[in-house]
Amino acid sequence: MNTNGDAAVEVVPVRHVGQWIGMAVVALFIAMFVHTLFSKIPSGARSCHLIAGKNQCHAILRWRFGWNLIFHYFTNGGILRGLVVTLELTVFAMVVGIVLGVVVAIMRLSHNRVLSGVAWTYTWLFRGTPVYVQLLLWGFIAFLYPTFAIGIPFTHIYLFQFGANSVFIPFNAAIAGLGLNEGAYFSEIVRSGLIAVDEGQTEAAISLGMTRAQTLRFVVLPQAMRVIIPPTGNEVISMLKTTSLVVVLAVVDLLGAVDNIIGQNYQPMPMLLLASIWYLIVSTILSIGQFYLERHFAKGALRTPPLTPIQRMRQDIRGIASKYRTKRGVPTRATT
Amino acid sequence: MVEARGVHKSYVGVEVLKGVDLTVERGEVTCLIGPSGSGKSTLLRCINHLEKVDAGELRVDGELVGYEARGDKLYELNDRRICHERSQIGMVFQRFNLFQNLNVLENITVGPTKVKEINAEQAKKTARELLARVGLEGKEKNYPTQLSGGQQQRVAIARALAMEPKLMLFDEPTSALDPELVGEVLDVMKDLARSGMTMIVVTHEMGFAKEVADSVYFLDQGVIEESGDPKAVLTSPSSPRLQSFLSKVL
Repeated sequence: MNTNGDAAVEVVPVRHVGQWIGMAVVALFIAMFVHTLFSKIPSGARSCHLIAGKNQCHAILRWRFGWNLIFHYFTNGGILRGLVVTLELTVFAMVVGIVLGVVVAIMRLSHNRVLSGVAWTYTWLFRGTPVYVQLLLWGFIAFLYPTFAIGIPFTHIYLFQFGANSVFIPFNAAIAGLGLNEGAYFSEIVRSGLIAVDEGQTEAAISLGMTRAQTLRFVVLPQAMRVIIPPTGNEVISMLKTTSLVVVLAVVDLLGAVDNIIGQNYQPMPMLLLASIWYLIVSTILSIGQFYLERHFAKGALRTPPLTPIQRMRQDIRGIASKYRTKRGVPTRATT
Repeated sequence: MVEARGVHKSYVGVEVLKGVDLTVERGEVTCLIGPSGSGKSTLLRCINHLEKVDAGELRVDGELVGYEARGDKLYELNDRRICHERSQIGMVFQRFNLFQNLNVLENITVGPTKVKEINAEQAKKTARELLARVGLEGKEKNYPTQLSGGQQQRVAIARALAMEPKLMLFDEPTSALDPELVGEVLDVMKDLARSGMTMIVVTHEMGFAKEVADSVYFLDQGVIEESGDPKAVLTSPSSPRLQSFLSKVL
């Protein structure tokens, strides 16, 4: 603003011509795409010409994206049941993964060589093999170990035993496969978070007489959370979609349900879009959750926590309002 | 209170302490001075068992730090015993090291409630008294990032005092502060010294050493070059190393 504080001087901003042209081009492409979304095309065009002749072809039109079908099947019972299975698998596999990941990360950083060795081996094995194979392995574990038992090793004295197939039913095998694989990845995320916390924090905690466990619980982990949460959001959303692999175990999740419907109506495109829309809806909700979780754990790390979208909107409105006032010549705090 | 005899300490290949002797009586304030890399901080960290001594004898309140002598052997203490030893020694760091995830009050109460298992209300009451003592009433709910360096360091002192230590160690407590904030921290420390607390202070504040300390040790390259009454040591040093060091510092 001006130095005198009273007579307002007009400021002419730089004109970004290239930016305007770019915007026009992008707008054009968006308009074209949106048009395809809401346009209809001849259904089975070629055969139409042969059978009905050119003029009658206009009669048979269909939504290019098959919105009618998507809408029709959107809340279909099978689809919703599949969605619930997908959500259950995501939640359970992530819980297993997160608990394992935290434990393994802590083991990995332990001074105890046995613990860190076990942790390293686990990560090496489960991160180094395809999750697809791991899923199959748990699904067909009975092939390797038909029964599990608690008793004295290398004898036939058992306290308790059960058949592999009774526990590793497809749904449980899916959770085991996905969860164990996730744990390996998640342990590295947790480890990076733990390493990121300043050494001085640990020293200060230790110098108060805290044990290693207390230091971890009250000082290091809460601060590591800030680093851990963004990639965790990533993992949850990734898991949401990885669960679709359970089809190899004949578990009917969202994509499985969609597959079943495709088998009936032979309309793969609209049905796959339908599944994608559901995945998008869930991942959007998860992202919103992530934002608030991050905000919570930013406590103490930032002087001012990031604004929520609603707060930001209010601020923008206030900003526009004050700009409007200056244009009318009413001095605002910006001109002092 | 603290007794060091021929303390040696090496990090990978570098010998940092080469046989240090030190005696600190109860209620005394001792300042460790010397150029960076001379081993002052390492000696301090050994006293708190943040570092392990390689050779020599280090006793706090008559007890070996980190070891127990039985017969003619030294037995390493387990983690629990070491934690207990540390809980009786307060430490203040150059970089404050306040717990970033906790507010001022929680920073001070976390030690007493978790380590000494004092009840929360009692701990809070003590914490408020300590905050008043370091001149920070009303800052209870603030997070460390919202405080100035001087304020953070005063909270750090209060945090250490909350454990009711028998010995306080200060590792260059004012080195990370703006010059105008140094005074407020030194004032708290002087007040503490007057109250009869046993203190070992690694510092570059010669004025503080001269005014408050009962004895001064000058370390250079891992050995104690000169020690004694601060006024004598700091005004008429006998070793050429200390003479040249003081000429640069003052």
